[in-house]
Amino acid sequence: MNLRIQEPQTPRTPDQAAPVGGLAAVTASEPASPIRLFLQSRGNSAIADGAFRWIMLLCALSIFAIVALIANELVVSSKLTLTKFGFKFFVGSAWDPVNEDFGALPFVYGTLVSSLVALVIAVPLAVGVAIFLTEMCPKALRGILSFLTELLAAIPSVVYGLWAIFVLVPLLRGYIDPILIKLLSWTGLFTAPDFGIGMFAAGVILAIMILPIISSLTREVMTAVPYSQREAVLALGATRWEMIRMGVLRNARIGIVGSVILGLGRALGETMAVAMVIGSSPTISKSLLAPAATMASVIANEFAEASDDTYRSALIEIGLALFLVTIVVNICARLLVWAVTRGAPARAT
Amino acid sequence: MNHLASVLAVLATILVIAPLVAIFIDLVYKGTSSLNLNFFTKIPAPVGEEGGGMANAIVGSAVLLGLASLLGIPMGIAAGIYLAEYGRGTKLSNVVRFTADVLNGVPSIVMGVAVYALVVVPSKGYSALAGGVALGIMMIPTVARTTEEMLLMVPNSIREAALGLGVPTWRSMVSITLKTAMPGVITGCMLAFARVAGETAPLIFTAFGNQFWSTSLNQPIAALPLQIYVYALSPYDEWHRLAWAGSLVLIALIVVSVSLVRYVTTRGVLKGAS
Repeated sequence: MNLRIQEPQTPRTPDQAAPVGGLAAVTASEPASPIRLFLQSRGNSAIADGAFRWIMLLCALSIFAIVALIANELVVSSKLTLTKFGFKFFVGSAWDPVNEDFGALPFVYGTLVSSLVALVIAVPLAVGVAIFLTEMCPKALRGILSFLTELLAAIPSVVYGLWAIFVLVPLLRGYIDPILIKLLSWTGLFTAPDFGIGMFAAGVILAIMILPIISSLTREVMTAVPYSQREAVLALGATRWEMIRMGVLRNARIGIVGSVILGLGRALGETMAVAMVIGSSPTISKSLLAPAATMASVIANEFAEASDDTYRSALIEIGLALFLVTIVVNICARLLVWAVTRGAPARAT
Repeated sequence: MNHLASVLAVLATILVIAPLVAIFIDLVYKGTSSLNLNFFTKIPAPVGEEGGGMANAIVGSAVLLGLASLLGIPMGIAAGIYLAEYGRGTKLSNVVRFTADVLNGVPSIVMGVAVYALVVVPSKGYSALAGGVALGIMMIPTVARTTEEMLLMVPNSIREAALGLGVPTWRSMVSITLKTAMPGVITGCMLAFARVAGETAPLIFTAFGNQFWSTSLNQPIAALPLQIYVYALSPYDEWHRLAWAGSLVLIALIVVSVSLVRYVTTRGVLKGAS
């Protein structure tokens, strides 16, 4: 660094650089390179280096600051209902903005059930796709299919919602729901009246949306299973399915659970598509075909029209809860996926 | 059992691909039929009137995304440089990396609520600026993580060569290391861009939407995803058609950028460098 500062005064700069490497000896007889001349015209590098380092550090720390700021803003803005209702906020089921009585239980229920429906539909399909892509698929098809699933992940939520309103909901109402009512009405989960929109429609569109995430992560985890495992199982005389079950799925199970939790994290916070098809009704009903609401959808649908402070504070508190829940879910998922893909993976246990 | 499992796996794949194909066919079929020049040049018509377009929403989205990029890309790249160049292997960088991943998983609606409390309430009004801030914050973690990954792929010999010539550290990072990894970094920026381009939830109560022309930063501004949302939930057929056309335009934008990204990455980002 000291060398650099002296440079402008001494014309013999190239010579000073000579000990650095053999190449420099060649340039010694030539005039200074354009890069060096350009650099010489710039200021003191000791200050610049230090400042640059600090700016980069600041930007890295800003990620912390953002998370802290979000948490702080949410807590401060929801203070009104935090102090007024306390923990009762999450067990009360009244949602009455006119009388300022707020309980978030219907939304917590809606979020949990719609995510659960989505997982029940998506997980077997995602694992099936991952098995097909890693173990059975011809190479040429693999590229196309993984590209298609990537595209599925890139479609905006609002477009899923639009499609769900005009294509999926009529389809469910006309063909699929009647079958479900006929076959499964004894469980109480699928009972008339059926409006098309409701918890089940939200679960189905959520399943379509989280499928790409779960299947691509599962695929990653499954490719991380060493080939020796597969070969060992095959050598024992297993069929392909037995090989997949014992050699691959067994070794990848922790990672698969991690990717499912990551999908759950996405499903919990998914807003627009759900808000458009769930029917926005703050009620708890056993039938999945009845309209409901989730934590995210109630914020999206009611925030802009929430005029008084308590109402707004209640919605922000729901946001705070959603923030905390998704953070916990995401941390769990990351730790699991990380443990599998980075730590000692897939040893025979 | 063996055959049954194979059939099930193939069936699952078909079931997963079917909605995607259906969505694209519906979008193209319903979108193109109402896509015309008016869509790109006119502002929304009042209820009951034929015609009208989404020109203001397209411009509004451009303004919002410009603001978001201005905030998110430099900060994301800087954080990525710190993670890859200064903080390699340190505890601090591990924690920052983890926080970035967590921030990535925060629902966009929560981001909207936070920015509402942070920007909209103090400035006493919905504004384009608030929308840009919300989208910008969402870009930071994605940009930071891809920048870091790309910088880690740059061979050390290049850094050593630059430092050996007496180039100051900061200069070598900006002009040599970052420049070598540029195609990959741009890929990351475009992925982040494509992701926030379709975001609606954080805009509902920050940018708010606008039926008229506005490019002012402290006024509510229209955005394509917001307009699609409002039109999709409206009871008018004409507006439904416009929503489909808007979705087609939005998807085209995103698919083009994602395909471009894929094209660049599969060709080997750093081929020239190593």
